[in-house]
Amino acid sequence: MKTYDAIVIGAGHNGLTTAAYLARAGLDVVVVERQPYIGGATASRELYPGFTYSNCSYVCSLMRPEIMRDLELPRHGLQVIPYDGGVTMTRDGGYIAGYRNHDQNRREIARHSVRDAEAYDYFGAEVMRYCRFIKTMLLTTPPDPASFKPRDLFGLLDVARRFHRLGEEWMYDTIRFWTMSCADFLDQFFESDLVKGHKAGSSIIGTALGPYSPGSAYVLLHHYMGEVDGSIGSWGFPRGGMGAIPGALAKSFQAHGGEIRTGSTVEQIIVKGGRAVGVALTGGVEVMGKTVVSNLDAKRTFIESMAASDLPAEFVHRVKNFKIRGSSGKVNIALDGLPDFPAIPAGCPGRAGDMHVSDSMEYLERGYDDWKAGMWSRQPYLDITLPSMTDPTMVPPGKHFMSVFVQYVPPHLADGEWDDAKRAAFGKTVIDKIAEFSPNFKDLILHAEIRTPWDLENEVGLTEGNIFQGELTMDQLMFNRPVPGYAQYRSPVPGLYMCGSSTHPGGGVMGAPGANAAREILRDMRIKT
Amino acid sequence: MIQPQPYEVQVLETPFHSRTAELCKTNEWSTWSGYTTPDVYTNMELEYFAARNTATLFDISPMTKYAITGPDAGRYLDRLLTRDMAKVNPGRVAYGLWCNDAGMVIDDGTVFCLGENDYRLCSQERHLPWLLDSAIGYEVAIEDITAGIAAVSLQGPTSCAVLKAMGFVGIEELKPYAHAEFQLGGHPLMISRTGFTGDLGYELWIEPAGAGELWDRLMEGGRLHGIRPLGSKALDMTRIEAGFIQAGVEFFPGDLSTRPDRLRSPFEIGMGWLVDFEKGHFIGRRALLREKQTGSRHALVGLDIAGNKPAHHSFIFQGRNKEVGIVTSALWSPTCKRNIALASLRTPYDKAHGLWADVYVHREQKWERIKAPCRVVDKQFFNPPRRWATPAGDR
Ligand SMILES: Cc1cc2nc3c(=O)[nH]c(=O)nc-3n(C[C@H](O)[C@H](O)[C@H](O)COP(=O)(O)OP(=O)(O)OC[C@H]3O[C@@H](n4cnc5c(N)ncnc54)[C@H](O)[C@@H]3O)c2cc1C
Repeated sequence: MKTYDAIVIGAGHNGLTTAAYLARAGLDVVVVERQPYIGGATASRELYPGFTYSNCSYVCSLMRPEIMRDLELPRHGLQVIPYDGGVTMTRDGGYIAGYRNHDQNRREIARHSVRDAEAYDYFGAEVMRYCRFIKTMLLTTPPDPASFKPRDLFGLLDVARRFHRLGEEWMYDTIRFWTMSCADFLDQFFESDLVKGHKAGSSIIGTALGPYSPGSAYVLLHHYMGEVDGSIGSWGFPRGGMGAIPGALAKSFQAHGGEIRTGSTVEQIIVKGGRAVGVALTGGVEVMGKTVVSNLDAKRTFIESMAASDLPAEFVHRVKNFKIRGSSGKVNIALDGLPDFPAIPAGCPGRAGDMHVSDSMEYLERGYDDWKAGMWSRQPYLDITLPSMTDPTMVPPGKHFMSVFVQYVPPHLADGEWDDAKRAAFGKTVIDKIAEFSPNFKDLILHAEIRTPWDLENEVGLTEGNIFQGELTMDQLMFNRPVPGYAQYRSPVPGLYMCGSSTHPGGGVMGAPGANAAREILRDMRIKT
Repeated sequence: MIQPQPYEVQVLETPFHSRTAELCKTNEWSTWSGYTTPDVYTNMELEYFAARNTATLFDISPMTKYAITGPDAGRYLDRLLTRDMAKVNPGRVAYGLWCNDAGMVIDDGTVFCLGENDYRLCSQERHLPWLLDSAIGYEVAIEDITAGIAAVSLQGPTSCAVLKAMGFVGIEELKPYAHAEFQLGGHPLMISRTGFTGDLGYELWIEPAGAGELWDRLMEGGRLHGIRPLGSKALDMTRIEAGFIQAGVEFFPGDLSTRPDRLRSPFEIGMGWLVDFEKGHFIGRRALLREKQTGSRHALVGLDIAGNKPAHHSFIFQGRNKEVGIVTSALWSPTCKRNIALASLRTPYDKAHGLWADVYVHREQKWERIKAPCRVVDKQFFNPPRRWATPAGDR
């Protein structure tokens, strides 16, 4: 039987990134994917004729330009188009928009608070400082503070050196920032509740924390540290839907001889003589490899796909306690035309960007209260986008695709587990909410895909539907991700590696875990790149 | 057209001005050949992305246009331009350049063959005296018709879909560097598959009286195809990605120079492929032949530069400290995700010994000097298959 140099389990964008780097280094690599399509949480499918959906993730900013360049993704068809606008609509029919032009944006905020309009620059500078500090860590393996290997010591020294360069005052602030709540952070800058509500959304996306929970400030940063062509914090739509990202990765991988097997579910990672040697697929087929790399989250990899006896008990215990609570849902809608939002004046580019209806901090926190009680938010946080306004090629002319990201949605409901009826009721909550702001919206709906955490777990394979393959809290970041001692993409079993979002630097469509994992694997193989 | 007296109006308006002025929200304008045109309409980046993702409209009316007619027009152009014009038949457009006797480039431009011995030459700069002087002995009439033609460039992957939506039947069959005649609102309209963005695109030519209607119809036809107006700053980004040279940037027009040593031959700006020694005599031929034998002094190359800070006006060094040239145009390419540049290097330069660009970045009261390693690469950084495909695609 053939033995591959490496088997990658899962064709999520991180699995494909790892695979593409390994193939480029000359290895014989196969990717095995459970679904008939690739992409995982970055897939695009045509669920209604002529409409390309972005079924899970829907906007891109975190994807590292270094990776796009190394893997020649532009040549393989990937283009990320930044979008204009963005708006939060208020219950009383008003709005606050975001603009790319600095002074236009200042004048817009000044309609709500003159002070906040100018404080926005301070906020921006502060976020930039943290981003600059953290950005260089994204494409590096986190140094292990408990190790005495020269490489870890130098890594730590480098972090310490850069930390000191921040200066005394900012050093204190940075440490406070890591554990702060989003509300406390925003209170340092803004007075208007609407301005705060407008900004706070990024701190709760994908997170089982409320805006008043400690640690939520970091999540805000996680959403700001991306960039589109040097515009820090700006987001864009991949041309042709999010699936264009795995699409380009797959082409880059295949151009170097890589093989992708879809419709192949891994049941078990095979360990022989204390070493990972292959995978067993549903149906009995085995695929053998010198190295096995898992793109699945930590729980799926170590608890679901391995025999506990192949792993140290303490490790299994830590993986079991890895926090991966689901908190998000998604509604994807094919529309027969462009919905009206009367609150947004004609000429304002609001509809081309991200639209929200959460007009205060309280709105968001109440939504979180419902989640804690085991219900989806009755007044949900919605991140509504119409990517077809920027990229008309993903729909027939004049039609539109709407992506609605929903927070908070629990993985388990207080009144019994999810079922089809509850899913439909959840969808209705979302659609009714949008219809409050758009009178013609319901009439335009051609098809809707409703995804609860239950669906995300079953279809995408994300445990509990957690979109980041594990929460982004300080206790699970950097050298603690996914668990202490195993943050360098290696597992306790020789020959078995991790490359998914469960590893540093975490979730989002950034490719960094995949690229970092490939580097570590090649290092162990002593292959220079 | 009656032009206002120079004392009345300092900078002219193009025939599309009423439309472009309404759409220009930034109030950032520049003068181009005596006409005012928008640098940016709303946002440079978004305009750039529209050119690469959907469709854009750019007012090219200020471009200099000469009508060249008469029994000797074809022969004359063959003498003027370095390329063989015999193959440029009616319905075709040729890109070319012309030189002085020393073989130094005067300008580049496009020649439209409208009919037998009926041509139109479009260029960046004005050259009437040169054109007339080199026509001595030829039966040919040369006339500046710049003000008499309004023109707009429609570029981007959905540009053909826009024209189809406007009802131009069969437009997808138009080949690159071809043109065809249509009607619009009672005015003859010429559409050519040409442009300056390196992508699928068209240029539309009409008498000034029809300009307003043409613009409106284009914007309407493009409504569902993501059309937006393009300012000159975003256009410049696309032309660098396409590796197109620009007069005054990659070369200095030879007829206006006061420092002859600064001029460039076609070979020295990467345009050797436009020089045809087989076709017989043309202006500059002898000098260029000599250069071909003895070697050129410069080479225009594409550079892929490390990092993401554009190397505007950087010196290029080789090895430790040997200066070998300068960057003429630089850009962080949002589509290629590469830091690219066009650079003029003194020859011979040594590819094997590391080249690097001296990039200066000003950050909060400090100039930081980056020694960015660079690689010589093909200067067509962006050249998608859809640019050349016939029939043209919708996206
Ligand atoms: C609803 C939603 C919206 C999001 N929105 C955004 C956004 O807008 N922007 C952003 O940056 N991020 C967003 N995210 C987060 C981001 O999409 C994820 O963090 C990221 O895509 C995860 O990529 P990955 O490669 O690490 O893992 P995954 O994409 O989870 O890939 C894992 C792959 O493994 C496969 N698999 C699972 N089990 C098996 C098995 N047993 N055998 C074989 N294959 C298997 C899966 O099918 C999948 O293809 C969103 C996520 C979700 C769910």
